Amino acid sequence: MIVELGHFTLILAFAVAIFQMVVPLVGASRGWPEWMAAAVPAASAQFLLTAVSFAALTFAFVTSDFSVALVTANSHTLKPLLYKISGVWGNHEGSLLLWVLILTLFGAMAAWFGGNLPPRLKARVLGVQSAIGVAFFGFILFTSNPFLRLENPPMNGGDLNPLLQDPGLAFHPPFLYLGYVGLSMTFSFAVAALLEGRVDAAWARWVRPWTLAAWLFLTIGIALGSWWAYYELGWGGFWFWDPVENASFMPWLISAALLHSAIVVEKREALKSWTILLAILAFGFSLIGTFIVRSGVITSVHAFANDPERGVFILFILAFFMGGAFLLYALRAGAMQAKGVFSLVSRESALVVNNLLLAVSAFVVFIGTLWPLLAEIFFDRTLSVGAPFFNAAFFPFVLVLAVALPIGAVMPWKRAGVGRALRVVAPALVPAGAAVLLCYAVFTGHSAIGPLFIGLAVWLVISAGLDLLSRTGRGALGARLARLGRLPRADWGKAVAHTGLGLTIFGIAALTTFASEDIRVARIGESFELGPYTLTLTNVQDVQGPNYASRMGTVEVARDGAAVSTLHPERRFYPVARMPTTEAGIDSGLTRDIYVVLGDPQQGGFALRSYIKPWANWIWGGAIIMALGGLLSLSDRRYRVAAGARKQATRTDGVPAE
Amino acid sequence: MKRFLLMLLLLASPVWAVEPREMLDDPVLESRARDISAGLRCLVCRNENIDDSHADLAHDLRVLVRERLVAGDTNTEVVDYIVERYGEYVLLQPNRDGANLILWYAGPAMALFGLILAIGFIRQQARKRASGEGRPDALSDEERARLQQIMGD
Repeated sequence: MIVELGHFTLILAFAVAIFQMVVPLVGASRGWPEWMAAAVPAASAQFLLTAVSFAALTFAFVTSDFSVALVTANSHTLKPLLYKISGVWGNHEGSLLLWVLILTLFGAMAAWFGGNLPPRLKARVLGVQSAIGVAFFGFILFTSNPFLRLENPPMNGGDLNPLLQDPGLAFHPPFLYLGYVGLSMTFSFAVAALLEGRVDAAWARWVRPWTLAAWLFLTIGIALGSWWAYYELGWGGFWFWDPVENASFMPWLISAALLHSAIVVEKREALKSWTILLAILAFGFSLIGTFIVRSGVITSVHAFANDPERGVFILFILAFFMGGAFLLYALRAGAMQAKGVFSLVSRESALVVNNLLLAVSAFVVFIGTLWPLLAEIFFDRTLSVGAPFFNAAFFPFVLVLAVALPIGAVMPWKRAGVGRALRVVAPALVPAGAAVLLCYAVFTGHSAIGPLFIGLAVWLVISAGLDLLSRTGRGALGARLARLGRLPRADWGKAVAHTGLGLTIFGIAALTTFASEDIRVARIGESFELGPYTLTLTNVQDVQGPNYASRMGTVEVARDGAAVSTLHPERRFYPVARMPTTEAGIDSGLTRDIYVVLGDPQQGGFALRSYIKPWANWIWGGAIIMALGGLLSLSDRRYRVAAGARKQATRTDGVPAE
Repeated sequence: MKRFLLMLLLLASPVWAVEPREMLDDPVLESRARDISAGLRCLVCRNENIDDSHADLAHDLRVLVRERLVAGDTNTEVVDYIVERYGEYVLLQPNRDGANLILWYAGPAMALFGLILAIGFIRQQARKRASGEGRPDALSDEERARLQQIMGD
């Protein structure tokens, strides 16, 4: 009954979405206030109906209702409650329901908190947002219904994929979707602006928080996924340039570009049409990501679209929204007149360089991801594009970006001097250069690329601090430091986010350059050296988990005779899904992780792989700090108390006085 | 992500990435084997190199690489030998030849093109200021009309 209710409310939400797509847009073009105002209650209704539907599916999972096909395929009574809940989105149909839930949530939030938007713009934004909703409601109802019942319900289910039964991955998809779908909001604003035929500072001020939010959720989602891959897949890799990872990385890059170019629109009313284009592209990449993940086209080139119906449906959605938006863009973008002009050396130009580098690197990832498919279709070549290509083609742009970022960040608007900007951040050159030389000297024989990136990371982090300090004006250092606290949160957000980027680059460079490993057959009681540590395999025993059996090793780690920690690497076997998993034993630390993986018994002992992963946690720590920077920016005063400013802005827009 | 995982799981047979018994005693040869492995794809996996892969085929390839190295092949010879047997598909880093040049040079070409375009755009709009048109403090026609209306009142 509850399941049918969920299905029914989903259909109702579909109907409301169609209403909300048509009525406000017609109202906006005809100037009928009642029709425009209808968007707000419709957006709330759409969200509530979808929420009920989602709750119904969650209920079916929590109560293990195996008459629902989806629950049978993805759940089991013995599974811990957390994973019963995360099982809701651990599959195609359920994750799509989560997708539309977030889509309608964003729409509703725009309706609730958009009181100060000009009514016509608001109606158009909500109408466009709802059009995206219609497409995805149609997709879920016609091709991927999560509420299908089974005629003969089994006694128990097939269990969730054991690799997904992990806290890191339980929350990875919701964050990622918050990011993907958040970009639908900026898309709606972009299309609405094109329909309006005008983009101004007020528009940018409205769009930027949504972009920031989408970007910071994407950052967290990607970091969670990468962290999970590191500790769960059993060899300590953190990024594989897998098409599915790239699918989330491309929107991240484009949204990073977008949130920077939106600053230029907001502060200087320039780069308007470029910003609109980026907003369209960012959501386009979200949709491409959805296509890559759900169609199976890229997954395996040889089984072209193992889910053809779904793949075609998403392609249709993609073609419709991108085609429509680009057409509108071609017709209207010319009307976006820039107000602020700037010279070749200025903050604006620096942000153009930022945008160029981020857009090109997204393009490199894009072409690398699609190339196997294109090469097969057009050139009849079956080939692979893997990590070595991406590393070679992507990192040069990161390098240029990292070199230029601190200089661009301290440039003033309109007109700047390279020399003057360099003077602000020059003190950072010393420690950065020292870091390069030190790393290169200590680790001779390695390539110079690692030390170079470490130096760049130091350069980024220290200049972020200098940038912040340079905003405190002149005077004694003490007085300037005291003034730091009073700087706008946006300034802090910028410095913190750039620091986070530096830390992530540092973590990646340090981990890939200085990692050491040991692979051996270890007998019980046997000790061996790994760097400065002594590792001893003291015990291996069988342990029974709630829904799995485990062979658990005990490895004592000591340094200079003093115990450091005890690790428990595991090999788990999930009998229902009949899948083994590896649980690495990890001693996490600020400067290094000790990472031990237990293998199979052989030659009277057990295969044991041990690694020292230097500075590994800084990769994800840096990402979280980046997200924190986004959050700081998002909480900036001008977004909270901008109501008055917006009202003023709308008045100059020529909106008739009330 | 899910499909990627599924694929991993299907292949997660008892064999796993680089095993102790596969490794060569000579550390120099072993490190060369690792370098080569990082560029070779496990043919039945998703974009994984043979070092990271659990699949049986990856194991066979790792052994093959080491056999060739012990036989005295150079790194290039080993790779060529494997490409000959398994095809171009085995390379994680595609060759820079033929149509693949598009793949390799599309990024730099776009960067260059974008840079020229950006400089051209910035120069042009900066010139506009010099000629007085579109100055930041200049009023648009709309604003000028409104100003006149206000002043006229």
